Amino acid sequence: MDGEVLVKVEGLSKKFCKDLKTSLWYGVKDLIGQVSGNKGNETLRPKEFWALKDINFELRRGECLGLIGHNGAGKSTLLKILNGLINPDLGKVIIRGRVGALIELGAGFNPILTGRENIYNNGAVLGFTRKEIDAKVEDIIDFSEIREFIDMPVQNYSSGMKVRLGFAVAAQMEPDVLIIDEVLAVGDIGFTTKCLNKISELTANCAVIFVSHSMPMVGKICTEAILMNIGVMRAKSNNISDVIQIYFSEFRNAKQQITSFENSTELNNVKLIGDYKEKNIQVSNYLNNIKIHYKFSTLSTSNLYIAFLVFDQNLRSITAINTIDDLPILRAADNNVDGVLSFQNNFTAGKYTISLEVYELTPNKKLGKKLIHANHCTEFVSIGVGVTMYCPVIQKGNWTLIKADD
Amino acid sequence: MNTKGNLQLKIYQKQNSTRLLTLLGDTIKDFFGSHFLALQLAQRDISAQYRQSYLGILWLFITPLATAGVWIFLNASGTVALTDAGISYPVYAFSGTLVWSIIIEAINAPTFTTNAARGIISKINFPKEALILSGIYKLCFNSMVKIILLLLFVFAFGVGFHWSLLLFPFTLLIGITVGTAIGLLITPIGLLYSDVSRLLTMGLSLLMYATPVVYVVPKTGILKTIMETNPFTALISTIRATITGQEYEYLAYFMVLGGVCFVLFFVGLVIYRVAIPIIIERLSA
Repeated sequence: MDGEVLVKVEGLSKKFCKDLKTSLWYGVKDLIGQVSGNKGNETLRPKEFWALKDINFELRRGECLGLIGHNGAGKSTLLKILNGLINPDLGKVIIRGRVGALIELGAGFNPILTGRENIYNNGAVLGFTRKEIDAKVEDIIDFSEIREFIDMPVQNYSSGMKVRLGFAVAAQMEPDVLIIDEVLAVGDIGFTTKCLNKISELTANCAVIFVSHSMPMVGKICTEAILMNIGVMRAKSNNISDVIQIYFSEFRNAKQQITSFENSTELNNVKLIGDYKEKNIQVSNYLNNIKIHYKFSTLSTSNLYIAFLVFDQNLRSITAINTIDDLPILRAADNNVDGVLSFQNNFTAGKYTISLEVYELTPNKKLGKKLIHANHCTEFVSIGVGVTMYCPVIQKGNWTLIKADD
Repeated sequence: MNTKGNLQLKIYQKQNSTRLLTLLGDTIKDFFGSHFLALQLAQRDISAQYRQSYLGILWLFITPLATAGVWIFLNASGTVALTDAGISYPVYAFSGTLVWSIIIEAINAPTFTTNAARGIISKINFPKEALILSGIYKLCFNSMVKIILLLLFVFAFGVGFHWSLLLFPFTLLIGITVGTAIGLLITPIGLLYSDVSRLLTMGLSLLMYATPVVYVVPKTGILKTIMETNPFTALISTIRATITGQEYEYLAYFMVLGGVCFVLFFVGLVIYRVAIPIIIERLSA
């Protein structure tokens, strides 16, 4: 869709102060400066730093911009400026149309009042008129699915119920520009799905700015992504998976953590074999083989079970590669096990860590005593297939087209 | 569908090139345009306050009633010899403390309502003028209750009906305007530094003794000069005079004060509007 530009950000910068007392004093100075019409100072005063520095982008109707970055990268500050809560120090923001913000759900709720009364409070804060709320109140209650408790004080609601009610009210907005900041983290899966559907519905008709730490979500929703790092734009691209990859490569390698049971086993080496690119992380193309060289010594003399577990960035275990089917009988030779495992990279774009587990194997092929457990032995980055995916594994399949008889 | 033409355009930047007049226009538009939100917030606070209390609206006048009670006792028991107020002393004392409490509340309201809404002003963009307006609505509600009690009290003590009573709502409104204007001007700094509201509370409680709340302005001496300069003297005595039908001693001062504060109120609103983003920035990162 070739929509009109709704959000335009030019050379946006914002200063923050590290020290509260100084910050308050600068606040007083800024106050006096603003009132008397002084121009802002473009240099940093003592104890100040750039929370945002030279941010530029444009967003059209129908587009969705994903803002990603570490904690403290400046994402929320940027959202606050876009939402008109604080003013930039340099540069400017031009926004056309109504702005809706899904930042704080249930703003204006008073815990003592009932859910129904709070629909009006929240609605009023979000800018609805009484007539609009009157017309929508039944829809809101239905959407929140808490009709049974709607006349109960909100202080007796669970946090999930409050979020439901808050989202149900906010979902009635018809914005041109929608700002979303990680609000979907609460609530059960059923409701999260409902929210996502509602957001997709809203996004079709507006420009969206979406802040999230969930890369699958960013990959699913966004058409463009910006990676922020200490206030600057580190990367910006239409190719979301590129940006996500840079984001993941920024994290320091997680520390290896080894637990050996009864000091039975000692890990000597777990390392990927092959080329290393930047920052000692191996980057692997889709369907390439990943090779791990592993070496450990153990006092155990029984058959062994070895498993490598692959975790994604959200610490979900994606898959396991183990010996039980591939190499049924494995025994330490002179107390040592030294080998190479090779497996195919069929993962979507992202960073993955690998853990190792070793067990004794009982004669009837059940797991026996645990010998060692090593978290974050090594890691790799998968490039994926170029198309942004939000499921972790990309399965190869055989496609046969069946032609209808002529 | 929406076209480019009817989309509202917003520009956020540091050098606010907006003219003062435009700013004033926007402020006034938002102030009166946020009527529903203000009413909703006021209603929310009032109903929440009373739903959690048994004594309910009694709390509105317990403090002024107690203060007046103490002075009535002091006067009646002869502990403190007070100059004759010209009317029945209980009426004088009680009307004084009630009107005083309304004005104090007006001064504190802008800071209080803004502080209470800190959580939402740093998250949601809505016309902040609504907070001030909701403070005024709450004040009006509270004052209404107090006034009804005051009128009952006045009639019970046989002061009777005066035509000047019809002027009472207007004078009280001027009093509220003066209080709100002062409060509004203090709010931006008061939000940044908590010292301000502490100083204010202390200052106002001292100021009560330099205002004819529970005793009249003395005929001579230093306190006479102080009290007659004190703008609250003009406020309290004029408002009280409309209830009791006494003479208006400081009418000119009162009118000028009302006029100045009416202008200051809008100046305060504009400053408030400009100040809020700075305050949000400093208090909620």
